Amino acid sequence: MTPLENEITALKKELISMWILVQSQLNKAKEAMIQFDKDLAREVLIKEKRVNSFELKIDRDCENIFALHCPVAIDLRFLLAALKINTNLERTGDIAASIALYVVESPVNFDADILEKTSLIRMYDEAVNILMDTRTAFEKEDTVLARSIFKRDDVLDAINDSAPISIAEAIKADIKTLPEALYVLSIIRKLERVGDQSKNIAEEIIFYVEAKILKHFESGKKGKSEA
Amino acid sequence: MENTIVKAENYNSYFGDNHVVKDVNISIHKNEVIAVMGPSGCGKTTFLRGINRMHELIPGATSKGKILLDGENVYDMNAIYVRAKIGMVFQRPNPFPNLSIYENVVAGYLLNGIKLSKADKDAIVEKSLTSAALWKEVKDSLHKKGTFLSGGQQQRLCIARAIAMQPELILFDEPTSALDPISTSSVEALFHELKANYTLIIVTHNMQQAARVSDRTAFFYMGELVEFDDTKQMFTAPRDQRTQNYITGRFS
Repeated sequence: MTPLENEITALKKELISMWILVQSQLNKAKEAMIQFDKDLAREVLIKEKRVNSFELKIDRDCENIFALHCPVAIDLRFLLAALKINTNLERTGDIAASIALYVVESPVNFDADILEKTSLIRMYDEAVNILMDTRTAFEKEDTVLARSIFKRDDVLDAINDSAPISIAEAIKADIKTLPEALYVLSIIRKLERVGDQSKNIAEEIIFYVEAKILKHFESGKKGKSEA
Repeated sequence: MENTIVKAENYNSYFGDNHVVKDVNISIHKNEVIAVMGPSGCGKTTFLRGINRMHELIPGATSKGKILLDGENVYDMNAIYVRAKIGMVFQRPNPFPNLSIYENVVAGYLLNGIKLSKADKDAIVEKSLTSAALWKEVKDSLHKKGTFLSGGQQQRLCIARAIAMQPELILFDEPTSALDPISTSSVEALFHELKANYTLIIVTHNMQQAARVSDRTAFFYMGELVEFDDTKQMFTAPRDQRTQNYITGRFS
């Protein structure tokens, strides 16, 4: 392998490690939310610093590779994609931390009935699965899997769109649920952003592997391979 | 195409039985900067030397096919005339060591027996050295030997010598490979200025230089023109796997 190939392989490994950490952060924040486990939520907040460290390290590594190796073609596209994926992952890490913070701040646990009616758990699982599949697509350079992300994000959007109504109904049924209902609504908004970040990552994977730019294409057209 | 200045049609070059340039077809437009790259022995310099008929100067070297300059096959033209219309700058700066800077610039006329008045020579020297971005540096020492200049200045003097013959096209064979980064930078800056009046074809091993200076890039491999495309396309998303392997250093 050339020195540049070694650098790129190492960078890819680093991004995957960051990805695993961010997924773990999201999963722990979910567990903390369901169990109303404030200690676990605090652990997520502390580990957020590790996500930030990953971001800084990957930024610096990309900068060094640009400066020292003058990458072109697929190597250049990989590095440009890596920089953006790095930002997307860091923001997804922020989302996990925000959810954990809601758990720490909330005076009462989240009512199982509200979680059920808003489909929050289903949304959460799908958001984590989407992020996990973008990682697989990245590791395997699988652009078919990357393209499937655009469609799957629609599920998150649909739950997000119906959230105000289900939240309003829960509040109407019992006004005392108002504070936790607002937290639940905020979490749904955050999870919708996880879907957006994953879609951005999927676009970067396709750009890196196929040299095709899907940004600003209509959602329906992105899933097609000839886009 | 109306804008085409030089066109190769099924052009082939040989050293004896060795087929080194294979069936090249390429059209180059006026005022373009073209980079030609490829691994050693791929035929890029041989192709370049075929354009101004320098290839045939080597014993046993032959060629087949056409090189059209403004629509006319250079192989049907007088070779001396072709070399005046198509200037060439080589890897190592090669000013005539016994001639002054002034004499070096007008050497093409002197060697071809073309007599010029003092006023004409003065005008050609000033104009050519100005075009080669060297006038300001040497205007007070025109009668010193060209070899007194730095490497980068000598290369620009050679460019001025080529420009003095008012060529339509200038060929550069690895023109900065013997220069330091500062001299390289000044020659590269000069390419951008020369583009306004000339068409340039530059053979280079330096891929970053190809990326920096050229509008379009040709990639040669084993005598074949593998890919010829906009430089930006070539360096971001080359269409041929062999090009990608070469520019990313994965060539086996």
